[in-house]
Amino acid sequence: MNWLAELTTNEQVSALFVTLFGALLLVTAVAVLLSVRDSSDARSERRARFRRDLRAVWVGAVVFWLAWISGATGATIVVGFFAFFALREFITLAHTRRGDHRSLILAFFIVLPLQFAFVGTRSFDLFSVFIPVYVFLAIPVVSALAGDPERFLERNAKIQWGIMVCVYGLSHLPALLLLQLPRYGERGAFLIFFLVIVAAGAQIVQELASRRLRRRPVARHIDRSFSYRAWAAGVAAAAVLGAALWWITPFDPMRAAAMAALAGGAGTLGDLVMRALKKDAGVRWWGNRSSVTGAVGLLDRVAPLCFAAPVFFHSVRWYFRVAG
Amino acid sequence: MSAAQAMGWLLAFITRLITGAQGHWKGSPPKAEQRIYFANHQSHFDWVLIWAALPHDLRAQTRPIAARDYWTSSRFKAWLTHEVFNAVYVSRQRSADEDPLEPLVEALQSGDSLVIFPEGTRSNKGEPQAFKAGLYHLAEQFPGVPLIPVWIDNVQRVMPKGEVVPVPILCTATFGAPIQLAPGEDKRAFLERARAAVIEQRPVIT
Repeated sequence: MNWLAELTTNEQVSALFVTLFGALLLVTAVAVLLSVRDSSDARSERRARFRRDLRAVWVGAVVFWLAWISGATGATIVVGFFAFFALREFITLAHTRRGDHRSLILAFFIVLPLQFAFVGTRSFDLFSVFIPVYVFLAIPVVSALAGDPERFLERNAKIQWGIMVCVYGLSHLPALLLLQLPRYGERGAFLIFFLVIVAAGAQIVQELASRRLRRRPVARHIDRSFSYRAWAAGVAAAAVLGAALWWITPFDPMRAAAMAALAGGAGTLGDLVMRALKKDAGVRWWGNRSSVTGAVGLLDRVAPLCFAAPVFFHSVRWYFRVAG
Repeated sequence: MSAAQAMGWLLAFITRLITGAQGHWKGSPPKAEQRIYFANHQSHFDWVLIWAALPHDLRAQTRPIAARDYWTSSRFKAWLTHEVFNAVYVSRQRSADEDPLEPLVEALQSGDSLVIFPEGTRSNKGEPQAFKAGLYHLAEQFPGVPLIPVWIDNVQRVMPKGEVVPVPILCTATFGAPIQLAPGEDKRAFLERARAAVIEQRPVIT
């Protein structure tokens, strides 16, 4: 890997994207060839699902690339729009009342842009406390002023949750891109790549493990496949992946594995929590199922990242004790 | 591009950003033929939502109904309804010698599609109110024009009465299978059937 280390940061990041898109092209080509070959009905369901997932990965990769080439401001804005769409999906299924109107306006049009503005200007201290401290108070105040006591705690909790998950969680992605670490320079793109790979790896391995192990589900009413052993397999896979990718991170292999396990574990647990939320809202996935045009289900895709990104970001930052 | 076209484009973009404006064509495909769409009415936003959910090339020939006294009271309102949406104006005060459906009949005779809200007024009680007779008379005079029932979902949450800023919430417009006036069908029976057809399009969360 010596020749890689000699490249400039920009060239290294470009190499990362070439590898990423190359791998995606290869997988897509193989998938297309396989779909030509066999056409049994039993597999078509699984293939359709795989195709959907593959398309989501493509979209994710392209967005990631766009975010990178458009620089700090561009990346912040791109992820900001994603947070907007995710929050829109979340609020649609959380049954709000008339009295929540002003609080929702505050959430969508003031809190969300401000949070991303703090990221874009690298005000990381304010960015970390803005939503958990200030918005935590502001939302119920606005709600109380609307004068509707019916299910007050529940309604506010839903809005707070939506903001924490969709806005606060996702805003840590551009923050990783902009974080400046000692001896690591502007290689934030590698950190995001690392995070996404280990979180996705943990998710996939957990899914496969639960299918093979067939353990008793821990919480059958929430997720029929979740078991501690499958979860541990996911975390272990994340750790192995992280150790294998240590050379793109500022850590040594052991610490890279620990960070990856942390991020992978947080992501898979976050996914479990999201499943519970969906069951509560009475839907199987966030996208509108009956939709013919433009079913999105964005929240399904980003949910693990919403939880993994803040945990990972603050661990990295704490580890380096970087200021501001 | 003219100012009206730009405005239409901008409004459609904002509507999609705020509500998603997903059109679900369940019982009828989006098609460039003359149609009468009839829908439940919960908010001022309803028309814009249906319009944004239509494919771009159907928008030009699909026209809303607007109350003349309100929508021509200022230059901007008149410009918006006339130039951007190409609205059909009706007067709310009924004078003795005038048929209130006359402008609609004219528009249909010239081949345009219409979007009407047969409840006549906005309701926010979930189920739509009883339909007014206008739909029946149009169905009687234009038996060849398909009547498409539409259910607009969630719009009342986007902008409740008395608020000015819309909240981003996903909305859908579900287009059902066309209905027709059966030979010799009673007016009340037809209107009740039409109302049921609209309610039938309401999406069920599973």
